[in-house]
Amino acid sequence: MFLQGYLPSILEGTILTLQVAVASLAVSVVLGLIGAMFKMAPSKPLVWLAELYSTLVRGVPDLVWMLLLFFGGQMLINDFCTRMGWQAPEINSFFAGVMTIGFIFGAYMTETFRGAIMAVPKGQMEAGLAYGMSPLRVFLRITFPQMVRFALPSFSNNWLVLVKSTALVSVIGLNDVMYRADTAKSITQEPFTVYAVVGLIFLAITSVSDFALKRLEKRYSLGVRETEL
Amino acid sequence: MIDFNLIVEKLPAFLGGTDGAPMMSTSDGLQLTLELLFLSLACGLLLAVPLALMRVSKNRVASSLVWLYTYVFRGTPLLVQLFIIYYGLSQFDWVRDSWAWEYLREAYACAILAFTLNTAAYTTEIIAGQIRNTHYGEIEAAKAMGMSKWLMMRRIVIPSALRRALPAYSNEVVMMMQSTSVAGLVTLADLTGVARRVFSDTYMPFEPFITVACFYLVLTFGFVWLFKLAERRWLAYLAPRKH
Repeated sequence: MFLQGYLPSILEGTILTLQVAVASLAVSVVLGLIGAMFKMAPSKPLVWLAELYSTLVRGVPDLVWMLLLFFGGQMLINDFCTRMGWQAPEINSFFAGVMTIGFIFGAYMTETFRGAIMAVPKGQMEAGLAYGMSPLRVFLRITFPQMVRFALPSFSNNWLVLVKSTALVSVIGLNDVMYRADTAKSITQEPFTVYAVVGLIFLAITSVSDFALKRLEKRYSLGVRETEL
Repeated sequence: MIDFNLIVEKLPAFLGGTDGAPMMSTSDGLQLTLELLFLSLACGLLLAVPLALMRVSKNRVASSLVWLYTYVFRGTPLLVQLFIIYYGLSQFDWVRDSWAWEYLREAYACAILAFTLNTAAYTTEIIAGQIRNTHYGEIEAAKAMGMSKWLMMRRIVIPSALRRALPAYSNEVVMMMQSTSVAGLVTLADLTGVARRVFSDTYMPFEPFITVACFYLVLTFGFVWLFKLAERRWLAYLAPRKH
């Protein structure tokens, strides 16, 4: 039997990996939008804060952030709870993983969204405001649909890097595809086959995402003339 | 709250010495990280130039083979590539019986091999992109001077493409520097590996991980600065005009 029946277990791990990736993407988009708004805010401290966030996060490896936030966060929560006389809660590693990866990629998304928002002509937003739309409505109806086209190429790249980074979450104890592969490797004694399968799974995920995102890019670039040499 | 004494005490371990050095290497800590980085960047760049030429060549077979290589290596996590080489190769008896096994069973050599193949894939695409971007005037001028194809490649196309690849390559170098942190997951005591060791000895997460984070930050800024200098030197002709 192929991999002594460990394939379903690896596929189950893949589902968890995908869940982590999608949930972290959601967190990173929210953080990225907030970061982009801070970076373009009129208040200097907000700009510095966002600058600090994106510089610190991008200057340190993902793995180090994961270890620091996971183990450090756990210690902070434990300390806090003992001081308050509470029972320290068990930290859900899925939640911790999602928050950590979301936090890291929020910094990359900040740059993506900032560039994209700046690429939308200012007059568009001003016209929206002049019509009496609230700032939120201007963002949702005017800025957002137009910035997607500029944000997508870099967004796609961030997503592909994010998916590959989720391979690291087994380090903080998540039962993901890498963790399952580790178990399967020890039992089947076929490490090459196991990791080749994992590699193919990641390749499939990145290929499908790439294809879908390219389609989306086309969709959002409708009405924009392409230049060809 | 942060125990600075611990940081000071462990600093030599982070900087690296010969204590925990893996087989075939002379050091651990920061030195090991830099060793892994420079060896794999150097080998990766040497591989990438010919591969980039194959990638843009008219030979369909060569071009598709290189495309497949970069596609696979850019589409899968570095960690998986490292595990395939470090754990995976032992599955085959012919690998274990070969002369190469002496090296391939060492995490150090596996890490360098995996990092080299990974960075070569990204670098190939960066350089190939710049070769395609070469201005037609440069190529026509070279042809008009009567240069042979290889002379033109050697004297005109490659030097010009490598210069223009600098900004993208600087990103790749920083990415690769950060990626070397996964070496710790195959028993090597690079910067991150040392931090993990200190953490498991002391159960203090902040001191070791913030220390290595600072090391990586300094390295990142250092490389960004060095590449700025390099760009000012070699891309001066593309810089915006200063009055």
